[in-house]
Amino acid sequence: MTLVKTSIGRRSFIKSSALAGGGMVLGFSWLASCKDQAAMEAALAMPDEWFEINGFLKIGDNGLVTIMSPNPEIGQNVKTAMPMIVADELDTAWKDVIVEQAPLNTDIFTRQLAGGSQSIRQGWEGLRLAGATARQMLREAAAQAWGVAAAEITTSAGMLHHEASGKSAGYGEMASAAAALEVPEEVEMKDPKDFSIIGTDQKNVDGKKIVTGQPLFGLDVNRDGMLIAMIVHPPAFGMKLKSADTESVKSMPGIRDAFPIVVYPEGAERQWSDGGAIPEMVAIVGESTWQCMQAKKALQAEWEADGDLESTAYHEEALNKMLDTAQDAPARNDGNVEQAFARAAKVVESTYSAPYLAHNTMEPMNFFAHVTPEKAELLGPIQTPEFLENTLASVLQMPKEKIDIMMTRMGGGFGRRLYGTFAVEAAMISQKMQAPVKLVYTREDDMSQGTYRPSYKIRYKAGLDADGNLIAWHVRGAGTNDDLVFENRFPAGAVDNYRAEKHALPTDVTTGAWRAPRSNFIAGAEQAFMDEVAEAAGKDPIEFRLALFDRAISYPVGDPEKNDYDPERYAGVLKLVREKSNWEAGPPSGQSRGVAAYFCHNSYVAQVLDLTVEANAPKVHKVYCAVDCGIVINPLSAKNQVEGGIVDGIGHATYSALTFRDGRPEQTNFDKYRLIRNSEAPKSIETYFVDNGIDPTGLGEPSLPPVQGALANALYRATGNRYYEQPFFGERRIIG
Amino acid sequence: MAVYNLKINGTRMEVDVDPSTPLLWVLRDHLKLVGTKYGCGIAQCGACTVHLGDTAMRSCSLPVSSVGNQEVTTIEGLSENGDHPVQKAWLEVDVPQCGYCQAGQIMSAAALLKSNPSPSDADIESAMNGNICRCGTYVRIKKAIKMAAEEQAS
Ligand code: FES
Ligand code: FES
Repeated sequence: MTLVKTSIGRRSFIKSSALAGGGMVLGFSWLASCKDQAAMEAALAMPDEWFEINGFLKIGDNGLVTIMSPNPEIGQNVKTAMPMIVADELDTAWKDVIVEQAPLNTDIFTRQLAGGSQSIRQGWEGLRLAGATARQMLREAAAQAWGVAAAEITTSAGMLHHEASGKSAGYGEMASAAAALEVPEEVEMKDPKDFSIIGTDQKNVDGKKIVTGQPLFGLDVNRDGMLIAMIVHPPAFGMKLKSADTESVKSMPGIRDAFPIVVYPEGAERQWSDGGAIPEMVAIVGESTWQCMQAKKALQAEWEADGDLESTAYHEEALNKMLDTAQDAPARNDGNVEQAFARAAKVVESTYSAPYLAHNTMEPMNFFAHVTPEKAELLGPIQTPEFLENTLASVLQMPKEKIDIMMTRMGGGFGRRLYGTFAVEAAMISQKMQAPVKLVYTREDDMSQGTYRPSYKIRYKAGLDADGNLIAWHVRGAGTNDDLVFENRFPAGAVDNYRAEKHALPTDVTTGAWRAPRSNFIAGAEQAFMDEVAEAAGKDPIEFRLALFDRAISYPVGDPEKNDYDPERYAGVLKLVREKSNWEAGPPSGQSRGVAAYFCHNSYVAQVLDLTVEANAPKVHKVYCAVDCGIVINPLSAKNQVEGGIVDGIGHATYSALTFRDGRPEQTNFDKYRLIRNSEAPKSIETYFVDNGIDPTGLGEPSLPPVQGALANALYRATGNRYYEQPFFGERRIIG
Repeated sequence: MAVYNLKINGTRMEVDVDPSTPLLWVLRDHLKLVGTKYGCGIAQCGACTVHLGDTAMRSCSLPVSSVGNQEVTTIEGLSENGDHPVQKAWLEVDVPQCGYCQAGQIMSAAALLKSNPSPSDADIESAMNGNICRCGTYVRIKKAIKMAAEEQAS
């Protein structure tokens, strides 16, 4: 038990009349396990009255608790995990909890954003406080009712007890009195060893709705009088609209209107979440999706060049040129790499590259908007609702109080829905039509109007002394619109002579965050190179890495505070995966094995991957994965995240690429853009978490980056070839 | 435009649409059965999978004019209470992440088990290869299909 001042998140504990009304009930956590209809109905009995204790939760007179999940749900399962944290500190039974998605409400919640794997890490304290504060208020209410000291009242699973007098009551009985109390100055928080919900396997609160096809997603939104809107955007980056024959499509069946639309009018304020915005396009509005699709196809439009029409060949050449150019001011420079290379017994040098990637959330971009002169109502899948509100206020010329934003469950995010330009488009179209509209992107729109993962190239050079010790490391990386290198990550701090240089190539192809930005490439490259260096040193790849971590622990190079990572935790996951994979014994006969480890989003992951190569493609039999992300809220879904990241990482490194010709994406649907499929996924994944009681850190992203290195290293053992260019088995396959 | 009298989830439903309209959009826009999802529109991702009779079909590439008298089953009609063995196994294994692809995955899996009650790994892979999951839930999908097959057998 720890005493904590509630002032940290005090504004969160004000009551919100908006939430008191009940709102949409989105799911019973226990429904998934309900076997018979009668039990389901009995349990569905709603309280007669809800009492709002604070902005995060309300308690019904029958003891049911509604907990708001503040952050957007993109499949990372925060909608289950965040309320679990509140419920644990509240000390209620998870079966009595109903979860609701909170709307955007900056008065109550902070950082309602899905990105950077930060929801749990940054929400942790506030969520715990919300639950603990409510528990304290319930105890206080019971103390007053029973005429005893609050300190003598204990709680368990939604019940209040006073041992001395033998009195007890359910939370529901005290909820009304508790709701009338002042928020306490100081509250008790649980000792992590007393957690009863955190750390247990709990099923997805939306599970039942998902498997029965209930409307949950933005694309499922339907309102009376709602029209469907589609857009026709420039076919190439670097082009803009010249003219469009909107008249002839207006007469097509079901089409209500077609018009060019300026989405970001002159003077409208743009922020980072408007990245990728196309200022002008053609909007088509009609009665049904299919009719709009037909009109979209029929539309004759002319486009004109507005910038460079870039091709993949240009990007490759320009990035190569950057790698060939030394940078005067490196991002980090320890010792002297040139001198060290000159005296090194061995020097290893390699260049790695990766193409652009599209996000390809399975649910294409879409948004519902109803904009009237009085207010704007927006509903749909967005990772950054707070930023969207700012942009809408500017483009619609409307005060924020008149703008309501509600998040739907999202059919994937992966960073794409950080950039909510589609929601701005929906709002502008609704305003023009003076009608509720749902904007829908086709898959082709979605893939060709992206904020892509940049294209990258990186060159590493390492020097070894006669004993195979790493004495120099030089990294120079370049990316389109992104300078790629994290100069203070491993092996910075573990090598005497270290130099990191980074370049960005400005391009017209829009780029943005894509699941584990930068790490999603650099981890695989670094860990594949590390394997080459360990081999040149004649050392076991895990031993070689551990020796470097030892160095970073015992006498780090430079100021250890500068390093992003904690070498002990890094080494910890490597040791754990070594043990679990039975590393010394090697892979099952006939299979080949690779290892990799990486740190990102404040978490540590190490993986061992076993494969064979069959029919010119990797067949991954097993991935062992060790993760240190501190306290795990919900192991069942945490493992799902880890498995997903591994499949996603292997898939993109092996098969996926987006290429350009004269500014046009050459792949615009899944016939040409390859995503990993069921038969190509690992046959088995085993995940192990380090149990260290440290506050939780990111999990939605960290398992993806290193697996690309483990894969490349296992492929090398299987084929004798190093894999330098992603995708390893896509069309751009080049074997070094 | 033409009137079609469709048999969907055991109920007759009438729509007046252009004959070229894919069944997917008839379901989603006209009948408000939005459990069947749009992912690609070109029979590449499986998000729109429904049953035509006992066969899994990509409804995005099936014009309403070709449905005729065949029985259509969507995710909403797969079971009355969400208790089809595949749905139960999906919940037990906690398969979904974002959940968007899962209706299509479940419909493909249910059709597989109907024609092949105890599929091998290879059978599962080939039946499920048309269903993309960007979240990467394939390992759990396989596990859930095996669990459903066992439950059906018992
Ligand atoms: S939407 Fe039909 S297969 Fe993709
Ligand atoms: S669960 Fe998200 S696409 Fe499959």
